[in-house]
Amino acid sequence: MNLLLAVVVGTLYGAGIFMVLRRSIVKLILGLGLLGHATNLLIFSTSEVVRDAPPLIKTGETSLEGVFASPLPQALVLTAIVIGLASTAFAIVLMKRAYAIMGTDDVDVMVTTEGS
Amino acid sequence: MNRSLILMTATRYLVPIILMLSVFILLRGHNEPGGGFVGGLLAASAFALYVFAFGIKEAQRLLGVHPLALIGSGLFISLGSALIAPIFFGEPLMTGKWIDTFELPGIGKLGTPLFFDIGVMLVVVGVTLLIVFALAGEDEQLGGGS
Amino acid sequence: MANHHTSSNRLWILGLIPLAFAAYFFLQLEGVASGQFLQFSIPWVPDLNVNFSIYIDGLSLLMSLLVLGIGGLILIYASGYMAGNAKIGRFFFILIFFMIAMLGVVVSDNIFLLFIFWELTSISSFLLIGFSHESEKSQKSAQQALIVTGLGGLALMAGLIMLGYIGGSWELSELLAQGQFLDGHPAFPAVITLIFLGAFTKSAQFPFHFWLPNAMAAPTPVSAYLHSATMVKAGVYLLARLYPIFGGSDTWFFTLVIIGGITGMLGGWLAWQQKDLKRIMAYTTISALGILVFLLGVGQKIGTEAAVLFLFVHSLYKGALFMIAGSVDHETGTRDVTILGGLRGKMPLTMVAVTLATLSMAGVPPLVGFVGKEVIYEATVENVDYRVWLTAVAFVMNFFNVAAAAAILYMPFIRSQPADTQLELDHTHEAPWTMWIGPLSLGILATLSFFFVGSELFSGQLIQGATEAVYGKPAEIKLYALPPALTIVPILSIFTIVGGIIFFAVQGRLIKAARAADAAVSRFGPESGYFAGFDGLLAGAASITLFVQNGKLRRYVLYVVVSFILFVGLPLFLNFGALSWRLSPPPLLYELIVSAVIILATLMVTFARSRLAAVAALGVVGYGIAILFLYFNAPDLAMTQFSVETFTVILFVLVLYRLPAFKAITSPAGRLRDVIIAVLAGGFMAMLVLLVTAVPQSQHVIDYYAQSSYPLAKGQNVVNVILVDFRGFDTLVEISVLGVAAVGVYALIRRGVIRGLSRGERGES
Repeated sequence: MNLLLAVVVGTLYGAGIFMVLRRSIVKLILGLGLLGHATNLLIFSTSEVVRDAPPLIKTGETSLEGVFASPLPQALVLTAIVIGLASTAFAIVLMKRAYAIMGTDDVDVMVTTEGS
Repeated sequence: MNRSLILMTATRYLVPIILMLSVFILLRGHNEPGGGFVGGLLAASAFALYVFAFGIKEAQRLLGVHPLALIGSGLFISLGSALIAPIFFGEPLMTGKWIDTFELPGIGKLGTPLFFDIGVMLVVVGVTLLIVFALAGEDEQLGGGS
Repeated sequence: MANHHTSSNRLWILGLIPLAFAAYFFLQLEGVASGQFLQFSIPWVPDLNVNFSIYIDGLSLLMSLLVLGIGGLILIYASGYMAGNAKIGRFFFILIFFMIAMLGVVVSDNIFLLFIFWELTSISSFLLIGFSHESEKSQKSAQQALIVTGLGGLALMAGLIMLGYIGGSWELSELLAQGQFLDGHPAFPAVITLIFLGAFTKSAQFPFHFWLPNAMAAPTPVSAYLHSATMVKAGVYLLARLYPIFGGSDTWFFTLVIIGGITGMLGGWLAWQQKDLKRIMAYTTISALGILVFLLGVGQKIGTEAAVLFLFVHSLYKGALFMIAGSVDHETGTRDVTILGGLRGKMPLTMVAVTLATLSMAGVPPLVGFVGKEVIYEATVENVDYRVWLTAVAFVMNFFNVAAAAAILYMPFIRSQPADTQLELDHTHEAPWTMWIGPLSLGILATLSFFFVGSELFSGQLIQGATEAVYGKPAEIKLYALPPALTIVPILSIFTIVGGIIFFAVQGRLIKAARAADAAVSRFGPESGYFAGFDGLLAGAASITLFVQNGKLRRYVLYVVVSFILFVGLPLFLNFGALSWRLSPPPLLYELIVSAVIILATLMVTFARSRLAAVAALGVVGYGIAILFLYFNAPDLAMTQFSVETFTVILFVLVLYRLPAFKAITSPAGRLRDVIIAVLAGGFMAMLVLLVTAVPQSQHVIDYYAQSSYPLAKGQNVVNVILVDFRGFDTLVEISVLGVAAVGVYALIRRGVIRGLSRGERGES
């Protein structure tokens, strides 16, 4: 099972890094999105993956018993997902402003903040 | 922009339902899947739908307050719930405090973590809507509802 | 301006404070000399063995007296010298700061405390050399002094830490009590080399001597105080301090005698050729520092006694001479001895002071300098093995000092001004009282040698106390202002003086040839090496910076990723052979299908030609991951991921139509390179997952949350409980970050709205 997640994580990272190395700023931000997914999944996969045992305490019990999915990586990833939304939004707006001001989407050409 | 009649009609009915659902998701979050983050995103999606159906002006009027105000009040509520224990009970920051006398159905006991989550929800709604309003209506003047 | 003048004239009062402290220390002399050392300790950072511990024995007391006594006179002097200077406040501040640091160096017991104060003296020296920071020469000199002494300081710290580690204590007093505990230890050569480096750089020993003459760019009170009387003696002090541990070994003897001898002779040789009064002083100071190191190398009772005595004597006359050089500069506007002359009548009090100081420097009886020189010769003559060599070296060093002293006295003061110079000296007059009181007091003190040298207070307590501290054993010391019997030693002294004066008389014929020879040699000297190294460092840094930071974001990312592959991924791969290829529990069909969809969608994001397709594919990736979360028991994650992904796609679509279409701008070779790097990095990340899951996860944190969620936080959804309760503070910070990001977005957009539409938007709509 961990092999499956490993392949998915590896693909996401590889594609994300390739995209981040592009000159188009749109691709760069798409790449950041992929890297975000990859990292969330990486953190998630650090704990034992189990089926049919969410980290919810059954009514009437006072603790998680038996086999259960680890709640800790889930809490971390939940935070990361929402932060990811905020940073992606910020990046998108920044990209839009940068393009509007500089008139190019080529990162190599964007060397100055002065309007061209 | 041409507005779709179907979308407008559907939105009228969907928005209250989604908003109620978001509150429900928020409240049950302590015991079942859900919570402030998801609840906030759901509520924001209701307003986003409204933006696409009726435009930003209408959505802002529906919201009634500036998204920044939501962010601010959300942070204030969360921080306030964290401060209750040190201020009133002399215990460490963020110590959970509950009213033990009664239990609400589906929510459980009323306590500071719930208010914390409400604050989280308000921040998430505010942030998401601020961004959506900003991007969808860059040409229009941003501002509060009225 | 007038205001400045009056206020700065009152600054001399500050000089009384160190003098009062000096008096206090002087009162402690009798107790310290009888073995009642002043000692106290306050824990500072006990976990790191850093204590504020003070230990004052005879040596520390002598040094403290010099630091405070001369410091007081220098402050008084500086109030006159710097009068009218707009930065006089800063000057006094740094000077007093230095005084405290220097006092700290000589009284510290804790090794780290010593090092801290040591570095503080280097920093204040840097600030004072660069005091005229508008001048490029000052900047360069200050930088040079800081680099040389700073590098030496690092070596010293390493040496001291090794010493403390081996000796099992971080207090000097405890280390010294163990005697020569390092003899035969395998680390001995390393420790002694490092400590020598620290001491030699600080005390301007060959081949690190070059920074000291350049340090003369500092205002003269600084040169007199830091670069003659005190700071440059810190290295000598350190060597003296550590004599009980290292003294007596062959390494100690030969290194110090050879380096000290070379420094002493080289300084003397360079001194007499200089035109600038301060540079003459600088080189004779280097020479004197060489003599001190040389004497510590000679060692034994008489060697340490000679070193201690000469340390004292030199500070008296050289401090005075530097102040006089400053007064001459102050009153005439130049320090060039070739055009000065006839100052004897114009500056009578200074004339008295310079006469006494130079006579003491030349070792003319009955001044105290004579006693110093006598004991130096006694030390070399008493050495059985190398008597002739040592005496010859000491003779050369002393001989040049006599010649230099003669030059300082004769050229600006005694002779008439040369007729062919442009310099106008008719209106020159005596310096203000603040500027002659210091040199004159020091000169008179040197002259009164006849009354105090033989006294119990001086030889029996001050010098004997310091000598015993260095030597490490009881030492009976009896000094005479005039030799009680005519032995070889006084004869050597007479030869030195006569020879020096004859040399001075004929030096005019030698000076041209000597300067030419020096210029030829200096191209290969240590200072050329310093500049070559310094320029090389700058050029190297510039080329690396241009290569690494070329302003292109992608290049930076590339370096990060490649470094990650080389320095993180590869070692992981090489060191962890046993990866966990677990397939259990075997993936179910729908899990495989979702994973395949994610992978396909990922590739589509990468290779899509249309922007909309890429964004849609990114959405599919997100939804696929949400479904995986759902399968693997993370309902909260799945819900959040679904909502977030929806918003992300909406945001992309909202801006996408304003942006240009994709085009292939990278060359095929560049794309291939990026593909290879991306595949490698992705492969290593996949490996990382396998590695992490191969290690059994720590259960106790998870168990804590599993057990405590309901009893402590009254919640059944453990993930939510962690977010709003156990780790609520993290969440609080997180929503603050969200708010900041939103405000950032708002600000970016608002700015655009206010400034009106820019070029790109106009073109599109």
